[in-house]
Amino acid sequence: MKGVFTLQNSTNTFSVQEMIQLKKQKKNTSSTIEKIVPILLLFTAIVSVLTTLGIVLTLIVETFTFFSRVSIVEFFTSTKWYPFSPTQGSYGVLPLVVGTLKVTGIAAIVAIPIGLATAIFLSEYASDRTRRIIKPILEVLAGIPTIVYGFFALTFVTPLLREFIPSLEIFNALSPGIVIGIMITPMIASLSEDAMSSVPNSMREGALALGSTKLEVSLKVVLPAAISGIIASIVLAVSRAIGETMIVAVAGGSTPNMSWDLTTSIQTMTAYIVQVSQGDAGYGTTIYYSIYAVGFTLFVFTLVMNLFAQFISRRFREEY
Amino acid sequence: MKLINHTSVVKHMKPRLVINILFKSLFFAATLFGLLVLGILLYRIFTQGIDYLDMQFLQSLPSRKPEQAGVKTALIGTIWLMAVVTPISLFLGVGTAIYLEEYAKKNRFTSFIQVNISNLAGVPSIVFGLLGLTVFVRALSLGTSVLAAGLTMSLLVLPIIIVASQEAIRSVPKELREASFGMGATKWQTIVHVVLPAAIPGILTGGILALSRAIGETAPLVVLGLPLFLAFLPKSVFDMFTVLPMQIYNWTGRPQAEFQSLAAAGIIVLLVMLIIMNSIAVLIRNKYQKRF
Repeated sequence: MKGVFTLQNSTNTFSVQEMIQLKKQKKNTSSTIEKIVPILLLFTAIVSVLTTLGIVLTLIVETFTFFSRVSIVEFFTSTKWYPFSPTQGSYGVLPLVVGTLKVTGIAAIVAIPIGLATAIFLSEYASDRTRRIIKPILEVLAGIPTIVYGFFALTFVTPLLREFIPSLEIFNALSPGIVIGIMITPMIASLSEDAMSSVPNSMREGALALGSTKLEVSLKVVLPAAISGIIASIVLAVSRAIGETMIVAVAGGSTPNMSWDLTTSIQTMTAYIVQVSQGDAGYGTTIYYSIYAVGFTLFVFTLVMNLFAQFISRRFREEY
Repeated sequence: MKLINHTSVVKHMKPRLVINILFKSLFFAATLFGLLVLGILLYRIFTQGIDYLDMQFLQSLPSRKPEQAGVKTALIGTIWLMAVVTPISLFLGVGTAIYLEEYAKKNRFTSFIQVNISNLAGVPSIVFGLLGLTVFVRALSLGTSVLAAGLTMSLLVLPIIIVASQEAIRSVPKELREASFGMGATKWQTIVHVVLPAAIPGILTGGILALSRAIGETAPLVVLGLPLFLAFLPKSVFDMFTVLPMQIYNWTGRPQAEFQSLAAAGIIVLLVMLIIMNSIAVLIRNKYQKRF
């Protein structure tokens, strides 16, 4: 018969036409897959864009509802934050911002020197072996859940500080600030170390050959060369400190105030959102909408800092 | 003529070298500080919580009496949460990474997605909670269910998985892809049979790190309105539930010393889970490192 051949030792007979048909079918299904898959994957990629859009829209819409009840001028200029007052609530976000800044400032004062010193030690002084051991251990610090840090701040750091500062209240700005500083130290250390390690060795060797000590090489050659990465790491870490929630919610207290005293109870923007979420502020009340306005303020703070960090590391990146 | 005056070199170098040593020890001390704090933290929590940690603690429901309280609901809830977050975040994250690395053209839209992902990574977790509260809990009326929390957490850890997967996919050598194309494989066949198997260690490592972030997060769940006290187990993804960090938060907020110890015991359970997950990640990374 024409067009049919039998394979020896095979029970199947195939006509060439059939084989071509089969092959074509296979090709069709695989080419459909080839066409569908990129579209499907594009949709997964769009989810991350939708998330950002969702965050921004949510915050804007609910904040608008809030501003239809509370004047925007009051929100940004009033220095009183008494949302739970039954007679007349006062919504001035400044006390919450001050609380946040106090904690963030302490965190930065703790984290920047320690983080940078660690980075210099790991990148310039430590042997390869030491670095390989210490760096992962430090990164463990960054992986500990924040609620654990909150517990640590409340049950260990605060009592310890009260030994030295008897006037310190149980809830205060100092203890969560220090603990947040410890939490973001590995972030500064790790990112700055990466930036300093990428400074080429020839620059170090040149400076050493001119008679510099290692310290002078680190501070006068490597540090300036890596400054963009270092600043970016600091900005990112501070932005993390601003958005940190559980440590301040546990150890910071819930007393929004404008004072710059570090020993008294405070409330940060994040801690306020937690306080309202836990309470029974019903859906649709002004208090309910106020968490979105506060969240929006927080979001703007961190977004500006993140964009700033990206700008610095892109604009001032030195290519070697 | 003497070009180098030995005494004056020594005179000038000596203080500089001393300062060098001084600062070196200072830098070393700063490095040790971090390790020291880690040590104190673990020691404190261990000594405080170990007395309460036994099988009864793992198998009991939460209770108002400290000696009867346990973490069963929280432990089971955490496992439920992981069961929701793992498939969703891996599917979305790896899909995005494959799209960006293998399919996307280098245009403004692609770089927009990329910038968007790195910004998303910097958004405070509590803001994700506000998103989840509005979209999942209220608009889709999922309530404070496993599903609502799982979706919120998936979005939260998405950037971590995307970035890790992108790096893993990028590190697969070009030659492997070219060999696959040369054998007549299509693009998708190449991705499924060549690129992904080669990138799987990196993807898994990123996935585990993301998951360990998800089970340690508290703030978004507080905002979603998860109950602080729950005495029954979820039966489906639409049921209410609570997780370990919430339970720890609940105990931390109580003034009695017994509850503080319970919180420490809960923290030990949480940390052990995280240590196990991270060890698996490290094992995977070491086993498959430098294959090419």
